[in-house]
Amino acid sequence: MKRYLIGRIGQALLVLWGAYTVTYLILYLLPGDTLSIMLSASGMEADGLSAEDLAKARAYYGLDQGLWQQYADLLWRALHGDLGHSLSLNRPVTALLAERLPQTLALAGLAIVLSLLGGIGLGYLTAYLQWRPLKTALSRLPSLGFSVPVFWMGLLLIQVFAFGLGWFPATGSNGFDSLVLPAVTLAIPSAAVYAQVLQRGFQGVWQEPYIVTAFAKGLSRAQVQARHGLRNAALPILTLVGLQVGNTVSGAVLVETIFSRNGVGRLAQEAVLRQDIPVVLAIVSVSAAAFVVINLLVDLLYPYLDPRISHCPKVS
Amino acid sequence: MSTPALIEVRQLQVSYAVAGQRHAAVRGLSFSLGVGETVAIVGESGSGKSTLANALLGLLPGNARIDSGELWLSGVDVRHASETQKRHLRGRTVGLVPQDPMVSLNPTLRIGEQIAEALHLPRGSRHPQAQAEVLALLAQVGLDDPPLRARQYPHELSGGMRQRVLIAIALAGQPQLIIADEPTSALDVTVQRTILDHLQQLVAERGISLLIITHDLGVAVERADRLLVMKHGELVEQGPPQQIVEQPQQAYTRSLLAAAPAFVTRSRAAFRAAPGAEPLLRLEAIGKHFELPRGSAAGTRFVALDGLSAQVYPGQTLAIVGESGSGKSTTLRLALGLERPSQGRVHFAGQDVTDLSWREFRPLRRRIQLVQQNPFAALDPRLTVFDSIVEPLQAFGMHKLAELEKAACELIHRVHLPVECLERLPRELSGGQRQRVAIARALALKPDLLLLDEPVSALDVSVQAQVLQLLDELQRELGLAYVLVSHDLAVVASMADEVLVLRQGHVVEQGPLSAVFERPGSPYTQALLDAIPGRGLP
Repeated sequence: MKRYLIGRIGQALLVLWGAYTVTYLILYLLPGDTLSIMLSASGMEADGLSAEDLAKARAYYGLDQGLWQQYADLLWRALHGDLGHSLSLNRPVTALLAERLPQTLALAGLAIVLSLLGGIGLGYLTAYLQWRPLKTALSRLPSLGFSVPVFWMGLLLIQVFAFGLGWFPATGSNGFDSLVLPAVTLAIPSAAVYAQVLQRGFQGVWQEPYIVTAFAKGLSRAQVQARHGLRNAALPILTLVGLQVGNTVSGAVLVETIFSRNGVGRLAQEAVLRQDIPVVLAIVSVSAAAFVVINLLVDLLYPYLDPRISHCPKVS
Repeated sequence: MSTPALIEVRQLQVSYAVAGQRHAAVRGLSFSLGVGETVAIVGESGSGKSTLANALLGLLPGNARIDSGELWLSGVDVRHASETQKRHLRGRTVGLVPQDPMVSLNPTLRIGEQIAEALHLPRGSRHPQAQAEVLALLAQVGLDDPPLRARQYPHELSGGMRQRVLIAIALAGQPQLIIADEPTSALDVTVQRTILDHLQQLVAERGISLLIITHDLGVAVERADRLLVMKHGELVEQGPPQQIVEQPQQAYTRSLLAAAPAFVTRSRAAFRAAPGAEPLLRLEAIGKHFELPRGSAAGTRFVALDGLSAQVYPGQTLAIVGESGSGKSTTLRLALGLERPSQGRVHFAGQDVTDLSWREFRPLRRRIQLVQQNPFAALDPRLTVFDSIVEPLQAFGMHKLAELEKAACELIHRVHLPVECLERLPRELSGGQRQRVAIARALALKPDLLLLDEPVSALDVSVQAQVLQLLDELQRELGLAYVLVSHDLAVVASMADEVLVLRQGHVVEQGPLSAVFERPGSPYTQALLDAIPGRGLP
């Protein structure tokens, strides 16, 4: 178990490093001069400066060094907790993240909880219902939820619940009220996936002979479904949760833009547009870290849900 | 009613809706079962015996319907009972020992919890002695170390142990009747015997009635007070086993009896290899070990097979007999060249093939073919029979459609199937037909040696006899050599020339069939022979 854990953490670090490096290279290869971006952000024109001044500025920011040297320098500092300065906002990236991250974490966290509740609830209900028409209707719902674009769903929710009913604010990032609509928007595609997978899982599980054994004990349908069906049908969802976290990050970019929330997603979108390399790098690293940590947790949780899986070597 | 029968079935009709049409599965069945009686229902797949079991439990699938007749269970009209009433019958009045122990326990719950669940219903969920009762039940069904077993998960137990757990579950509700649906057909013979003995003993001690549902006439005849023979949903014959075996009234019963390998001893001419003939396959002291991960309790390596020597001549059948884990499958894999032996040499047609690479082995591969155990899984469900049969030909470079069609027609005739079958998908065929297709596919490359891995164990008894007959005919006409792997000694007795008994990777006994079967040299072989169901009968 210990060996497995060390191996997995090593893997996780490798993934993080890979994500950091690939992002850096892609950003470096993009057309555009870092210095002129910085200058234009502070309201100056690169053309207005002499070649000498430019060279001096370049040396000052370390931009005259080679690709690998800059990379090594950045990486070294990142390892020591210094993610550099934003080129366009002229603030330390760590401070920016500290300001924006809680907003996004709250959004993503609520979205993940809502998607699990909604998805598992819908899948469970579909499996439990016996009245054909309703069962069929519910089983079609996930594909609908998954195929509706996030931005459209966001606009629809704003139209109905903010402008129409006036229950929640349409935009902003103040308080729990403003969190509900974005979180629901973000949760719908993931919930649809969970519901679909759980419905399929139940379809398979109801055919299993151990379900007959359970019925033959005299258990009711509800008991059989709760005690013998759910856990077996829900096993694939655990893997999906890990994967959907990645979608939540990219979904946050869209949702935060639609609802004008000051989160990391919107920060990422702005940073990419302005080629703010340190900010983009930091965001990629943070989301990669979240992804890696969640998937590590999922793998560690698996043996508890499915006793057949074990991370320790064993001989039957 | 005075002392009513436990089960009273009158003129029962059950039908299934398939694709808008209703198919009768049980037609006009009437029988009764008294308190403390053991009744066996014998029939092949599709005879309606499992439908009857489900109807008794009130667990018919959604597309099934009781059309007419009456079904009384311990004074309750099951046909018109509400779901709650039926639920009260299950577990407390009637317990089920299901067919396949490997898949009949919930893989994610501990054994103890699964048994306790069956206890909760009659005793209430806060029953203080539940844990003690679980342990007592585990001990009663003959499991060692009950506290450990209660904490384990199903995958940590062998098939026989799981079946014992399922018996414990059935007993937990203290039912008046236990339905055993093909209770042991998935288990090894010796395990099967001890478990059935144990079940019968437990049932007799408690005065529980037993309804055994089986396709194995041997099992039924040995254990039941009364036998019901079913065919296509109808009751063909019933009576005490002795009477049915000695004076079967119906042609169908006679054919079932004739097909049961336990009741026939086919005479096979003693095999004599042509003088100077080379053995086709020669295994020289082959063995296989697996390295175990460091720090495991069982030592550093696991011996799957050790020092097996055998040879097979053209036209001869070598049978390898043993229980699960005896090394049978390992032997087959080594002979097929799918794995390399850790020791010893494999010779095929005079050539040492032990160290051949995959590419070098390929030309020889067409001369060795495999027929697998489960005909339901061995054929690709999306390929038609034609595609399945010609696939090996295409793999070895025959691509002209006309040639392929000709070859497929010949092959399908060889295995006595109609040509129309070529257009069908595997799911449209019966188990026996599928196994014939699998044999045709194995024959496509005109092999010299067929490896038969439990070729009939997934089939009904009467179908088994037909497939065995086909294999026998093919061997005589084509001079094929067979390596037959089986745990069913009745099958071995009807097919083999040479027998090799394996146990835990070691050869226990080896020799000509008659010598091994008539004068077994080891107690293990004797035990295997004794465990054949129905052997003690005339």
